[in-house]
Amino acid sequence: MDLILNRYRNLTALVAAILVQLVLLGYQVKSNQEVRLIRVWAISAVTPLARLLEGGRSSTTGFFKDYFVLLDVREQNKRLQTELNRIQLENQYLRSELDTAERGKALAVFQEHARGKTIAARIIGNSPGSNGRVVLIDRGTGSGIQAGMAVITPSGIVGKIVSAYPTASTLLLVTDPTFAAGVISQKNRVHGTLKGTGNGGVMVDHVQNEQMVEPGEWFYTSGDDRIFPKGHPVGTVIAARPGRTVKEIFLSPSGFQNGLEDVLVILEGDHAPIPEAGAANQSVFLQPLPPADGEQADSPTATRSRGAETDLDREVEKARRIGEDQKHVFGERGRGAPDFNKVPDPGAGRTPVTTPATSAPASPAAPRP
Amino acid sequence: MSDTAVGFSDPPRKSRASKFKWVSIVGIPLAAILFQVYVPRFVTTLAYLELPLLVTVYFSLMWRSPPSGVLFGMCIGLAQDSLVPNLPLGMFGIVKTLVGYFAASVGQRFEANSAVLRLVLAFFFFFFHQFFYWVLARALLGQAVSFEPVQSLVLAILNAAVAVPLFHILDKLRVTE
Repeated sequence: MDLILNRYRNLTALVAAILVQLVLLGYQVKSNQEVRLIRVWAISAVTPLARLLEGGRSSTTGFFKDYFVLLDVREQNKRLQTELNRIQLENQYLRSELDTAERGKALAVFQEHARGKTIAARIIGNSPGSNGRVVLIDRGTGSGIQAGMAVITPSGIVGKIVSAYPTASTLLLVTDPTFAAGVISQKNRVHGTLKGTGNGGVMVDHVQNEQMVEPGEWFYTSGDDRIFPKGHPVGTVIAARPGRTVKEIFLSPSGFQNGLEDVLVILEGDHAPIPEAGAANQSVFLQPLPPADGEQADSPTATRSRGAETDLDREVEKARRIGEDQKHVFGERGRGAPDFNKVPDPGAGRTPVTTPATSAPASPAAPRP
Repeated sequence: MSDTAVGFSDPPRKSRASKFKWVSIVGIPLAAILFQVYVPRFVTTLAYLELPLLVTVYFSLMWRSPPSGVLFGMCIGLAQDSLVPNLPLGMFGIVKTLVGYFAASVGQRFEANSAVLRLVLAFFFFFFHQFFYWVLARALLGQAVSFEPVQSLVLAILNAAVAVPLFHILDKLRVTE
């Protein structure tokens, strides 16, 4: 036996190595469990170096940009960008709340709802062989991150955490074909499943051909998947066409609009309502509603609305004044019609009922009270 | 740091086997994996550069010892597997184990110092790596992944072109007797 092993030593080593790995592979596939220890070692070995490289790179580029090119502008820009991101999130939240307010719930919601808890993280690397669809972020279980948490930017959703390690986590981007999340369209309230196409785009699956989805329509997270809180923007429809079994809807993901360097991991989600269509991008001026019937005719609103009167309106008004001048009640049985040839007193229609109809209009020379 | 010869090659061929310092043996594969993790973030096209594979081929060729190539390829492959979530450990491991074995076997028979031979070997092993990974993904994991021969050939040429200067640089790290 020893002789054979020595003679075929090379082949024995190869077969042994492959057998060990096949057993390892079989165990993982069969039990659907990963060998976490080896992964923790690998991640822990790579993360500090990647962080060091990233730190060195940002320090070097930051130094040159800060002192030689833009002096303090970059710092200011960074601060303003952070502020803008915060305000965008706040704005989105408030806009959603405003919609709720119109339905008479705003006060209670404002008092009761607290904002979701998030933590900022920086992308420090790609997973090998993933073509950038799985990335490493510099926050891990030490920062409270767990597998399955949602990751967003102020512009939209980015992906979800698939593995969390002490110093880093792996983030599966929405563009990966294995990614899935529940989404809903803004205008037609069509439910679907968001999936990555694998080539940098995303699509919505499981939408019947009969359902209506229009290009340019926004999709939001529906909260069905229990990963992404409801109401986060996902992207706009760039193409929607009927497919063989279900509709083919392709989206432009909104979360990547400003590049992907810093992201927010949602530690505690907060569902928000889907904004009404059009409210997010209001660009047309809408007139205020017309005044109520009992509103004063002299009010500014009424004065403005008089400008839009038609000839028929004017004739009706004239007939009403003639009737009032002659104490005629329209619609009363047996009274006939008033004399439309008599020109009515110009002030009759506007004066209060208590004022006698025969009283002369005030003289311009008369002193005013 | 003491010089260390890593290899189990037969005595007559041992004299031809190259030796490296432990720092190089640990540091170079780590740097190659780090390159693959970090650099494509900024230069997307470099994602197609398989430095861990090229490093496996180089060390296996230079050591001329199949068991060493097997062990080295397995370690690099498993490290790569560990950094890809949702991928069972062993996929890259098995492929790189085979690459290490075959590269070392070639190294036993040829003097792999010629640039042309290195170019051809890097080209062949890259294509083999891509093809065998595809076979394993379909056969063992049942994944419906597609294999594009033309794209793989182009990438093999690119990787081979990078391999020649890279191997030349790595030659400088060899310990001379």
